[in-house]
Amino acid sequence: MTVRPDMSAPTLAQLRLGAGRFGWAWHVLPWGVALATYFVAGAYLTLGTAALEMILFTLSIDLALGYAGIVTFGQAAFFGVGAYAAGLLSIHVTPDPILGLLFGTAIAALLGLVTGVLILHTEGVTLMMLTLAIASMIGAFAAQAGDLTGGDNGLQGMQISPLFGVFPFDLWGQTGYLYALGVLFLWFVAAWRIVRSPFGRSLDGIRQSPRRMRAIGTPVWWRLIAVYTLAAAMAGTAGSLKAQTNQFVGLDSLDLLVSGTALVMLILGGTRRLYGAFVGAAFYVVVQDLAAEFDPFRWMFLIGGLLVVMVLFLEGGLMGVADWLHHAAARLWLGTARK
Amino acid sequence: MAYLTVLLDGTAYGMILFIISVGLTVTMGLMRVVNLAHGAFAMIGGYLAATMMRAGMPFAAAAVSAALAVGVMGALAELTLYRPLYRRGELAQALMTFGLTFVTIAALTSIFGSNVKPLPTPQLLSGLTNLGFTAYPTYRLFLIGIGGIMALLLWRLIDGTLYGARLRAAVDNPRMARAVGMDVNLLFTGTFAAGCALAGLGGVLGADMLPIEPYYALRYLVIFLVVVAVGGIGNFKGSFLAALAIGIVSTVGTFLLPGASAYIVYVLVLVLLLWRPHGLLPARSAP
Repeated sequence: MTVRPDMSAPTLAQLRLGAGRFGWAWHVLPWGVALATYFVAGAYLTLGTAALEMILFTLSIDLALGYAGIVTFGQAAFFGVGAYAAGLLSIHVTPDPILGLLFGTAIAALLGLVTGVLILHTEGVTLMMLTLAIASMIGAFAAQAGDLTGGDNGLQGMQISPLFGVFPFDLWGQTGYLYALGVLFLWFVAAWRIVRSPFGRSLDGIRQSPRRMRAIGTPVWWRLIAVYTLAAAMAGTAGSLKAQTNQFVGLDSLDLLVSGTALVMLILGGTRRLYGAFVGAAFYVVVQDLAAEFDPFRWMFLIGGLLVVMVLFLEGGLMGVADWLHHAAARLWLGTARK
Repeated sequence: MAYLTVLLDGTAYGMILFIISVGLTVTMGLMRVVNLAHGAFAMIGGYLAATMMRAGMPFAAAAVSAALAVGVMGALAELTLYRPLYRRGELAQALMTFGLTFVTIAALTSIFGSNVKPLPTPQLLSGLTNLGFTAYPTYRLFLIGIGGIMALLLWRLIDGTLYGARLRAAVDNPRMARAVGMDVNLLFTGTFAAGCALAGLGGVLGADMLPIEPYYALRYLVIFLVVVAVGGIGNFKGSFLAALAIGIVSTVGTFLLPGASAYIVYVLVLVLLLWRPHGLLPARSAP
């Protein structure tokens, strides 16, 4: 007698969001919402653009921290440097947005490469401290180099020419929104491919046990430098986008609070999901806007409390909760269908 | 002579950094918790003392009772919030304590507002003392003195008592310490509370140099962590040396190179940690 596998019963893996026959629907949903936002947001479109930029930035942290396990608190350095690079290029060289974006990305990636080579042989708390020290150093440097960055006044006088020479960056931010969405989509697809490639799998292994990965012959240090540089490039793109859509760069883009906020978004959404960054950042930006209208400090209280509760009780973040609900619903539905 | 004044300023600053950070180095070394809420405890101490002094309490009494109150809060936080974190990764610890810092900032802002809370120095210690070559603020001399006394007391406590021996044993090898029958949980709670109390005291005493305001907890957190990392996590003597070195270097650096004052400390930290990733005096031999 042969044992036939029960084809009707879904495996646990299939019950995960985004798996199974209708899995593609889960991919359409977030992008559909993002696209629909363009048509319904109205005056809130600039807020939507800010959310897209934060999603990209949070995604870069997910790559370095979520997948590769590099505990970084200094990702804001790349965000800010990308923003300043894009801003300075537009002032001194060319107003073209695409070139500015590429330049900001490249400079941030270069910084990621250099600092990565310096610090990635350390681990744990020392590594955390080094990322903090580098970010603080760059922030302090930008504050003092007033001739270059405008210091406390920020970088003013940015001129951005129309996208592809056709679509001007208007006051209502319509071009800005679609531009940011397009860039985010490209990076998202890249990240999706990267984490599913052998390279991405090796990052998974490195996070879990660098020693074993070294033992089976993985060049751990180089892999870490590669992913750190990649995450830096992504953060630089996010910063460049922010600079271009606001036509302004302030010192706050280098602030440690930017790193902290993005970490909160990531944890809120759920790490190592890619869409976790998506959900967490969007949720954060929207709720912050609603809450900050009556009292910014009540918001801080809320987000701090949420962070404590999330870490202590809900490790998977919002995506984890969604997973659980989906799982429960699927069980219920299958249970009734079989009868 | 100006150099000597700057050196004294740096030493006083270093002593404050030491009093605040010593609790952090012990908790991070002993419990292996990345505690980003340490600055919040120092800040709470400052606010409590300011409130008590406004109610008419003398400086010394307010400082001591604020420190004790922060110690009690620390013990409660350890029992309820920190204990579940011991078995979790650095990231979870960092995030939870970061959230705790946010909550504290928001709560204190809604109670006290966002302005700097003045903490007047006592009559006896205000004014200048003639040191022969210059007249120097008495309060800063007091800080140097009290920092030195605290360091001596802590050194005797950690190197010369049974409690200190237990503490060092638990830092070196917590599992072995448990196995030989030590009540490590009690040791953790007690030490965490003591570290928080010291942070609270440092917050009160240092209000002159690190003004008490709601963002205190984030603004100076990096510098406290830097002291811990440079000194070697869990190493008490290391953190004393590191605090003094950082206090002096940053003060002298500001005096000599005003253009680079804001990042000179970070450059040094970077170089030092790249050269010795486990700090000046690592607490444990290689893990």
